[in-house]
Amino acid sequence: MDQNRRAFLKQSTRYVLLTGAATVAWEYIVAGAPEQAPNYRIADHWWGMTIDVDACIGSGNCVRACKEENNVPLEDGYFRTWVERYRVDPADPEHPLVDSPNGGYDGFPQIDNPGGRFKTFFVPKMCNHCADSPCTQVCPVGATFDSPDGVVLVDKERCVGCRYCVQACPYGCRFIDPRTHTADKCTLCYHRITQGLTTACAEVCPTGARKLVDFKDPKDPVHEFLRTHRIHVLKPELATGAKVYYNGLDGAVR
Amino acid sequence: MPGVEGFIYPNEIELQWSVLIVIYPFLTGLVAGAFILASLERVFNVAAVRPTYRLALLTALAFLIVAPLPLQMHLGHPERSFEMMITPHTDSAMAMFGFVYLWYLMGVLVLEIWFDYRLYLVQTWKASTGVRRWFYGALTLWSDDVSPEALRLDDRLGRIITIVGIPSAFLLHGYVGFIFGSVKANPWWSTPLMPVVFLFSAIVSGIAIVMLLYMALSWRRGTRIDMVCLDTIARYLFYAFVIDFSLETLDLIHRIYEAGDSFGALDFMVKTRLFVSHIVVQICLGTIAPILMLAAVQLVRFNDVARRRIYAVAGTLTLIGIFAMRWNVVIGGQLFSKSLLGYTTYKMGFATREGLLPAIVIMLLPFAILAVLLKVLPPWSDKEQLSGHEA
Ligand code: SF4
Ligand code: SF4
Repeated sequence: MDQNRRAFLKQSTRYVLLTGAATVAWEYIVAGAPEQAPNYRIADHWWGMTIDVDACIGSGNCVRACKEENNVPLEDGYFRTWVERYRVDPADPEHPLVDSPNGGYDGFPQIDNPGGRFKTFFVPKMCNHCADSPCTQVCPVGATFDSPDGVVLVDKERCVGCRYCVQACPYGCRFIDPRTHTADKCTLCYHRITQGLTTACAEVCPTGARKLVDFKDPKDPVHEFLRTHRIHVLKPELATGAKVYYNGLDGAVR
Repeated sequence: MPGVEGFIYPNEIELQWSVLIVIYPFLTGLVAGAFILASLERVFNVAAVRPTYRLALLTALAFLIVAPLPLQMHLGHPERSFEMMITPHTDSAMAMFGFVYLWYLMGVLVLEIWFDYRLYLVQTWKASTGVRRWFYGALTLWSDDVSPEALRLDDRLGRIITIVGIPSAFLLHGYVGFIFGSVKANPWWSTPLMPVVFLFSAIVSGIAIVMLLYMALSWRRGTRIDMVCLDTIARYLFYAFVIDFSLETLDLIHRIYEAGDSFGALDFMVKTRLFVSHIVVQICLGTIAPILMLAAVQLVRFNDVARRRIYAVAGTLTLIGIFAMRWNVVIGGQLFSKSLLGYTTYKMGFATREGLLPAIVIMLLPFAILAVLLKVLPPWSDKEQLSGHEA
């Protein structure tokens, strides 16, 4: 109860304070294209994602699709989503060997695993659309903001490029777009999901390891999935309210 | 990848905060420290430091004027920085910069200097002609009331502003430390001690720079150095330094003792990439050496010349040490991956927007501004050498 009240107060203060930024942003993103999404009601949705680590095969399809869909710079160092490969020595799980060549864009080269000693798996990463996002908290101009349907977005027209949010994101999800000198990161394909489509990465995933989910939709299979799987979020100790839920996440993953 | 060891997240290749962000807390630290030194005389009646009172105020002003510059140059969109003032995003420590800064500049420093110099401004206005007359007239805001009551009021107001100014100076620098200390994603920064450590190192650096400037200016003008004043300043420097060093050591011991999940990464960093700048420059050369020198002066009776030399060397080492501290916080905090599995390197450009050259220019700029300020508002008159506010 107390928690709810606090959250409510915090939320409403934020709305009041951010009306300026938010108005601009909404006109830009939603109101700008109402005819394409006539039935989309922000209040009816609360978006997130589930990622099944056991299902990921490291194809890199999602990385390529994301860069293509969202016009992300092709060079290394700019990713809205990427895939990491872990090799964990069961005798030393605290020191995993990790690589992510070009974010997994070209897939992963074979590596040897002498005697099958290592446990090897892939972990797709992206913005966690944190409910208590540290990046939103620190932005001095309110350019980074939480949409009411649970997506963390950046208003490129307002961002001053101070990079405080890049420092504040514990997951390394943000970068500065070298073309606009403003912060960039996953938008959960907001332009697609508000039109009833799924995200580009989820759409191309050959094994269905990534799924866009709507927590407010009672018919979304996510509820069943969350109940019947062992779910983890990344770095739970930081209490960011991450909304990307991993199934089968190894304790070695950072 | 060149310069990278272990695994860093793919978006971490580029370092986000450059040498310009190292300079920013360094400059604001000098401001806060110089102001606090000035306040010693005004509020706590430490008469011995009177010869440096006005010099300390002008030094604080010169550095404060330059302080926003490195921040500004670092922004991807400097032209939008005004947004920070008109969209106060109270969640964000950085958003408060404009308010804290303006308050300190306009509400404290400029006002205090104005009240302090009003008599001088009026006298100069009345005694001069032409452009100079107009200029000083404008500085007085064309009010020429220098009756005893008016002057008494000036003094009272100046005193009140100083009293308000001390917590403001603490706020200014504590808040700069908060910008780093509150980033929970970064274990190198994330400690509640950060604002306190920043504050005390600020006091240390501010006292050191005023001490050095006082010596340098006296030497240039060929005037005698007031050794009582210098000894007093050096003693305050020593005390502040001991507190600062204890706090930093406490932080270090706490980290070592607690040995949290990030400890391995931080330990590795201090032993490798930050060894020279942290262990050698910051701790040995920039902290322990000057503290020992200042302590020696407290214990042994050196003659005037020897003391001046010791102060000059200790002051310079202090500034180098505090700069290294800012460097190790800002750059050091970005050298390891948030995955805690890898390390990267910082490559500084030279004539680029955030390179070494602009950094040097920004560091020299306050001295140029100070030179102008010293001309317009001389802290001394011909009769009294570098004297205080009771001119
Ligand atoms: S994952 Fe990072 S960028 Fe995304 S909402 Fe959380 S803190 Fe912000
Ligand atoms: S870089 Fe842009 S989005 Fe990030 S904190 Fe600064 S102004 Fe906000």
